[in-house]
Amino acid sequence: MALSAEDKCNVKEFWEKLGENTHVYGTEALVRTFLSFPATKTYFPHFDHSSGSPQVQAHGKKLAAALTLAVSRLDDLPEALSSLSDLHAHRLKVDPTNFKFLSHCLLVTLARHHPGNLNPEVHASLDKFLSYVSSVLTSKYR
Amino acid sequence: MVHFTAEEKSTITSLWGKVNVEETGGEALGRLLVVYPWTQRFFDSFGNLSSPSAILGNPKVKAHGKKVLTSLGDAVKNLDNLKGAFSKLSELHCDKLHVDPENFRLLGNVLIVVLAAHFGKEFTPEVQAAWQKLVTGVASALAHKYH
Repeated sequence: MALSAEDKCNVKEFWEKLGENTHVYGTEALVRTFLSFPATKTYFPHFDHSSGSPQVQAHGKKLAAALTLAVSRLDDLPEALSSLSDLHAHRLKVDPTNFKFLSHCLLVTLARHHPGNLNPEVHASLDKFLSYVSSVLTSKYR
Repeated sequence: MVHFTAEEKSTITSLWGKVNVEETGGEALGRLLVVYPWTQRFFDSFGNLSSPSAILGNPKVKAHGKKVLTSLGDAVKNLDNLKGAFSKLSELHCDKLHVDPENFRLLGNVLIVVLAAHFGKEFTPEVQAAWQKLVTGVASALAHKYH
């Protein structure tokens, strides 16, 4: 399921409108993921998982930065995310199911904050983008 | 079996009271068909599904979306016995409609995105968590009679 030219355009345009707030959305997506899918917390046993936790905020910021990087390199995502991909395969070993939960919560966060920009076509493109990022991050698992 | 706390029940019921079933149902089903086009396989008789705007404007999609979401209203009234409430519908979806239960999970999540878009700030992480439990419970109840 490759990204079409239209998907790339939709994703870039949407992401640009998020402006400087991406770290807020990254954090909120994580909080939503931990609350709705409690098993995801098992990957962060050392964290305070609640909203407002500085650890969650720092991690949300990292997440947002990685996604912003991905948006800027849609034409060569595997290359752009290569080291993150290594990290997830060899060190973090997050079960692939969990990427779906986080992707969903990211979409929910974006819908909550930018409903007007999330028409069905953009929704589809973003869902494809997040699915593609997830598959790149798990591509070296075995 | 999914168990809802009193607080979760109250959260779900209170948001449900504000949902426009017709609009939200049509929107959720429409988006399902757009975002996951393979779900269109069940709707050959629905006419024009050739583009996102055709899908979202299609009267049969809207009508069916309303039907599906009205059913969810039954779930909200039967939170303590979802399997019982959806027993007949489960048999229908298996024996007559032949719908892979994965589709119930997809629709549940699309509905949550639609609710987030509509309710904005009110759709807090806590509200989402209660609704995730509901859609998971409903999907599981709908799959329960499969054989």
